[in-house]
Amino acid sequence: MRSDTVVELKGITKAFPGVVANKDIDFELNRGEVHALLGENGAGKTTLMNILSGLLRPDDGEIRIFGKPVSFRSPREAISLGIGMVHQQFLLVPSLSVVENIVLGHKEEGFIPNLRNVEKKIKTLSENYNLEIEPRAKVWQLSAGEKQRVEILKALYREAQVLILDEPTSVLAPQEAEGLINALREMTSEGHLSVVFVSHKLPEVTAVSDRITVLRRGRVVAAMENDNVDYAVLSNVMVGRELQKSVSPRRREKGGILLEVEDLVVPDDRGVPAVDGVSFTLSEGEILGIAGVAGNGQKELGEALIGLRSATRGRVIFCGKEITDITPRQAIEKKIGFIPEEPLTIGLAGGLSVADNLILDTYRSSRFLRKGLLDYNKIEGFSRGIVDTHGIKTPDLGLQVGHLSGGNVQRLILGRELSRDLKLLVANHPTKGLDVGAADFVWEKLISLGEEGVGIILISEDLEEIQTLSNRIAVMYEGELVGVEESGRVDRKKIGLLMMGVGKEE
Amino acid sequence: MGDFFVLALSAGTPFILASLGEIFSQKSGVLNIGIEGMMLIGALAGFSVAHHSGSPWIGLVGGVIAGSLAGLIHGFLSITLMAPQVISGMALTIFGFGITSFLGKPFLGLPATSFETSILGVTPPVIIALALIPLSVFILTKTRFGIHIRAVGEYPEAADSAGVNVSLIRYLCVLIGGGMAGLSGAYLSLAYSPMWREGMTAGRGWIALSLVFFSMRKPIFALLGAIFFGALWILQFKLQGLGFGVSPYLLMMIPYASTILVLSLLSSERIRGRIGVPEALGKPYLR
Repeated sequence: MRSDTVVELKGITKAFPGVVANKDIDFELNRGEVHALLGENGAGKTTLMNILSGLLRPDDGEIRIFGKPVSFRSPREAISLGIGMVHQQFLLVPSLSVVENIVLGHKEEGFIPNLRNVEKKIKTLSENYNLEIEPRAKVWQLSAGEKQRVEILKALYREAQVLILDEPTSVLAPQEAEGLINALREMTSEGHLSVVFVSHKLPEVTAVSDRITVLRRGRVVAAMENDNVDYAVLSNVMVGRELQKSVSPRRREKGGILLEVEDLVVPDDRGVPAVDGVSFTLSEGEILGIAGVAGNGQKELGEALIGLRSATRGRVIFCGKEITDITPRQAIEKKIGFIPEEPLTIGLAGGLSVADNLILDTYRSSRFLRKGLLDYNKIEGFSRGIVDTHGIKTPDLGLQVGHLSGGNVQRLILGRELSRDLKLLVANHPTKGLDVGAADFVWEKLISLGEEGVGIILISEDLEEIQTLSNRIAVMYEGELVGVEESGRVDRKKIGLLMMGVGKEE
Repeated sequence: MGDFFVLALSAGTPFILASLGEIFSQKSGVLNIGIEGMMLIGALAGFSVAHHSGSPWIGLVGGVIAGSLAGLIHGFLSITLMAPQVISGMALTIFGFGITSFLGKPFLGLPATSFETSILGVTPPVIIALALIPLSVFILTKTRFGIHIRAVGEYPEAADSAGVNVSLIRYLCVLIGGGMAGLSGAYLSLAYSPMWREGMTAGRGWIALSLVFFSMRKPIFALLGAIFFGALWILQFKLQGLGFGVSPYLLMMIPYASTILVLSLLSSERIRGRIGVPEALGKPYLR
């Protein structure tokens, strides 16, 4: 008889230079359960799962699989013992078919794999577990949700008994996330499969799991059955302090028209229209939320507004003047701010210091100059101010920005953009990858900015964020804006459907 | 007309062999622009091995081995040491030219130990080249090795996580590329123009390289392109023979000039979008 405990981690400790990622962690996974691992970013969840899946070796502690102590040297060994991990970033080859991706690296198939047989097996698996997929499709044709199903099938094909899902819903539309949660519940119900569900989102954790273990700063701070769990209590345990849920949409006096976009067409990098005839207006002090699954033209729209990308058709009018062919420098001069989705690729220079990055957009201003040369005393004073008011954690102003954590990078770019006197802010996924505490901070800032009369275009996939902050909500799908509504009247389910292209304007 | 086709096929065979090999290399993510150098090394090795052994067949094998060893240099530099692949390939070309000029001196002017049989009007290596086309297609599309080649060329991280040895697959592909280039060179010195001459590949390696890009790394298209360039090669001689009163040097430019022309045509925006370049081509893989 096999024991009911599938995985047992005891006293796991793992340190990286300068930080203890896991300290004395105990974790148990029972057969047929979904065990959620909850914690903020940087709490050590991913490190722990990388240890369990053989990517990392613990400094100390014991791993037992089905009661037997093991020590993995590679993911391969973990896979052979039935542990499959689905990473946050999909590890699938886009140009290969689903079947080819699944047999990739699987030695059992022989030199000339019988892909028809494999296809049949995949079909059976996908029917058994309700993971619908077209085995012959190329992976690049699939949606994020489908790719995730392929990853899960890949693990199941290798006869995984333990499935580790690292932040699985971060790339999914709400309905897809719901589908995943249902599928997981069903997959585990027969007791063959056990799941570790890694997440920082409370609602989905309580929806999917049997048990919850909470990590904070590399330690287990709570472990409980998922039974009438109180969100407030849970988030306190997770963040370690009282969360002020003070942010809420506020009714504001409508200001004058700030921005008018008419029939805008913007091509993507390949020259195909990514924004396809978009029109909207934005008032002073208004927050317009643009929801949508990534890749539907939101990025291109944001970049066109600040001059990073040029439009092939349409007009943009800002404060009564046409700015369609604006350059980024003109945008800065016209008091337009931008928070890019990936600050380290677009907004910041990873190899430059914190102070240098904070003046990247305004270094020409005479306040940083002395006799035509940069005056580092003034720059440091200025930078120190932003670092303090935005709580950017950095040992000193000379640190390369590439070495900062994700949350601090986000605070830095926000701090820089807000240090200017803005009229319009284009915020692209401003809280992506941030934990609850850091996201709260960003939300507060955006709301108070709106109260000061700044118009904000908030592009996000996070519906809660969109609903909390926006005065009006629009959904972007395949380059078009579908359904612009006052946020008070918005039905979340309807937005979710619009995001997936269902129920476009009747 | 049939005659002309046979001539074009014979002249195109070096392109078929060399570009097939480069397709393997590039599909696995390694760009090897040193084809010309590897071909020269194969040509001299093939010639001298055949000369000493008395068999053109053993000569061909010698060409393959020498070409693979030359490829190994590029593999070591670009896969293990992660050197820039364009520089390493260029070095290989210059090295191949230099060393064969030096070592080839004693063979200048000697007759080659050539093939005496011919099948349907072509020498045996031409048949080998034709047979290698379906074989390559089969390996690339139907076998585990082929799936692994495409995976390490597109997304080495994914292949690695699935337990594929990325470096091993790439080394094998670079060796195949070198071996095929060596075979291509040995075909030149043993069958097509049976003798050894300094720099006898005459830029064919570069044309084979461009063929790989034209063909979108598909062996069938590489075959068609190879025959097309073979035909241009023959046409040049035919036109000289007809005595147009045009300088032979201008006519000799035809294959090279047409390479530029075809490249410009195929690089138009519309067509380029459809040519799927392996995502990881030219990028070393570091865990």
